[in-house]
Amino acid sequence: MEPVIAATGAVQVSGWLMIALPLFGATVLLLGGRRTDRWGHWLGVGAALASFVCAVVVFVTMLGWPAEGRARSVHLFDWIQAGSLNVQASLLLDQLSISFALLITGVGSLIHIYSVGYMSHDPHRRRFFSYLNLFLAAMLLLVLADNFLVLYVGWEGVGLASYLLIGFWHYKPTAAAAAKKAFVVNRVGDFGLAIAIFLMFKTFGAIDFATVFGSADAAGRGTLTAIGLLLLLGACGKSAQVPLQSWLLDAMEGPTPVSALIHAATMVTAGVYLIVRANPIFNLSADARTAVLAVGAVTLLFGAIIGCAKDDIKKALAASTMSQIGLMVLAAGLGAAGYALAIMYLLTHGFFKAGLFLGAGSVMHGMNDEVDMRRYGGLARVMPITAITFGLGYLAIIGVPPLSGFYTKDPIIEAAFNAGGTRGWIVGGAALLASGITTFYMSRVMFMTFFGERRWAADAHPHESPRSMTGPMVLLAIGSIGAGAFLALGDRFVNWLAPVVGEQPEVEHVLAPATVITMTLAVVAAGLVLAWLQYGRQPIPRTAPVASLATYAARRDLYGDAFNEAAFMRPGQYLTRSLVYLDNRGVDGLVNGLAALIGGSSGRLRRLQTGFVRTYALSMFGGAALVVVAFLLVRL
Amino acid sequence: MNPANYVYLSALLFTIGATGVLLRRNAIVVFMSIELMLNATNLAFVAFSRIHGTVDGQIAAFFVMVVAAAEVVVGLSIIVMIFRTRRSASVDDANLLKY
Repeated sequence: MEPVIAATGAVQVSGWLMIALPLFGATVLLLGGRRTDRWGHWLGVGAALASFVCAVVVFVTMLGWPAEGRARSVHLFDWIQAGSLNVQASLLLDQLSISFALLITGVGSLIHIYSVGYMSHDPHRRRFFSYLNLFLAAMLLLVLADNFLVLYVGWEGVGLASYLLIGFWHYKPTAAAAAKKAFVVNRVGDFGLAIAIFLMFKTFGAIDFATVFGSADAAGRGTLTAIGLLLLLGACGKSAQVPLQSWLLDAMEGPTPVSALIHAATMVTAGVYLIVRANPIFNLSADARTAVLAVGAVTLLFGAIIGCAKDDIKKALAASTMSQIGLMVLAAGLGAAGYALAIMYLLTHGFFKAGLFLGAGSVMHGMNDEVDMRRYGGLARVMPITAITFGLGYLAIIGVPPLSGFYTKDPIIEAAFNAGGTRGWIVGGAALLASGITTFYMSRVMFMTFFGERRWAADAHPHESPRSMTGPMVLLAIGSIGAGAFLALGDRFVNWLAPVVGEQPEVEHVLAPATVITMTLAVVAAGLVLAWLQYGRQPIPRTAPVASLATYAARRDLYGDAFNEAAFMRPGQYLTRSLVYLDNRGVDGLVNGLAALIGGSSGRLRRLQTGFVRTYALSMFGGAALVVVAFLLVRL
Repeated sequence: MNPANYVYLSALLFTIGATGVLLRRNAIVVFMSIELMLNATNLAFVAFSRIHGTVDGQIAAFFVMVVAAAEVVVGLSIIVMIFRTRRSASVDDANLLKY
């Protein structure tokens, strides 16, 4: 792979400013303390918007270059020079990273603006914005990095920001626990990523993308599979994929803008980014691709099933996020046919899922922070803008044409079927089924929240949210409508990403595209009808009714936490307890016993020191006599 | 007279002194016993000097006398001080320096 051209002029400056501006904002707000309380949130919004402008400048300039030569590198400084390890802190601006940067800064800016209104009653709004800015900087560093170590810094940075923001209301024990849980579960994934980087350094002697991907072909297939699986472990942690899915639902304890930005639109998609970025490795290892495919398919259904039973609006949306990211991972696992589709769905998902979360936040804002959908109902009348924008997001996510979900989800289902053989039928069937379940649970959210009778609490006075909140929702709704068609028609986005992830191979169609679309729409319609029968037509009980075992399991997150507790937490506890016992009784016992022995015997020995002169005199005589006897013996 | 008899006498005197040191409680008597032991050794030195026909033993005896004189000064003053503070010259009463 030939070295990437160094960026010059506006692109270079925009490249590093994009990260530096939010970082600057975060620093000022964190160090400035209460002095910045009055205008701090506007500084945060400004930093996010300025960063967005930088991304746009880079993007527009990039459009003017020929497709094969759009990648540019921005060298910041020499970071680590140790022996054969040579790490540059530098950025890579290419089609993939700039797509992410636009999503992160664009949706990020909208959510910053939304947060001004949403957090207006919170005394710590400034701290909130500093964390949001910190998140933006870290996330941009993650996607713009041109080697795995810088990527890792961003990876940890978003984990930190996520931890701080989930636990933003840390006086609530549930929020503090959720933050810890997210951090700990993420560590497991980070561990995988770290080992993958070590393995790359051992195999290739370098950790920058160009060298690793350029020489991937020369490495052994076993090594590549190991690297791929470890990268997948990292992706599972960050993207809440089975088996590291358990933290995402609890992460909804954080403020809703955080759920929208970090736990729906951007950070949780970092795993998909990692897999797509490392496409040369996955291209060479079919086993690693299969593992990715399996994780994606399982999570897709796992999240969808949980989503059907959750009464907490944010948790229902979080389960949906988990499921949709599963679909992206599944697409990435399809290999060259799916990378671009995964990213395309990721971008549109960023729009409509962020819009859905902001809508949920708007509902909560109007309902005294009530999250139980069984206490909602009939809100469409009192919150029309929220209902319409949420409804557009809803239509987009279930894939109704011509909204964005239709254009970006159907190609994935089609590509899944085209994977060929049994595998194609399994993953295609899973994607198709999940699309029906998605429709069911999203319709359930819709019916329970905005339609039906009003089941409000006595003191609830729902009202439409202020314009700073509805504005971003409207813009995101426009994105939910148009982004899909804009990206998908004429294979625009696929061609745009082709230089990074490779051309889509020509495949034999197992099912005609029209058949897949018809099947998907039929499944979607079935899900809608089922949801209407159960939640639209019948009155909804105000407390969760006794339900089937499956529903009960889904309410308990399909026993994900119970499994973790039984498989890891309890054995770990037994291990630590037995180690403590061993330490107390064994190690301490030995040391303490020795000390007691010496102490006790010396306590006896010191009784020899009586203080009586004649005793000492006697011992001296005895000693002298012994010496004399010894002399006599030796002489004999 | 056989010079060996002086050595026997010296051994006898030394034994009496050592027994006195070990058995008596009165510091003055203990002190006197120590003097007895020192003089027993002096006698042995002189006797051996005579037996071997050299003056080394006699020189050593002088050294012992000098040291004994110095020791008497220090020892007696210690005993006097103890007697002043404790109203007793028993060596068993001065037993503070112990475990």
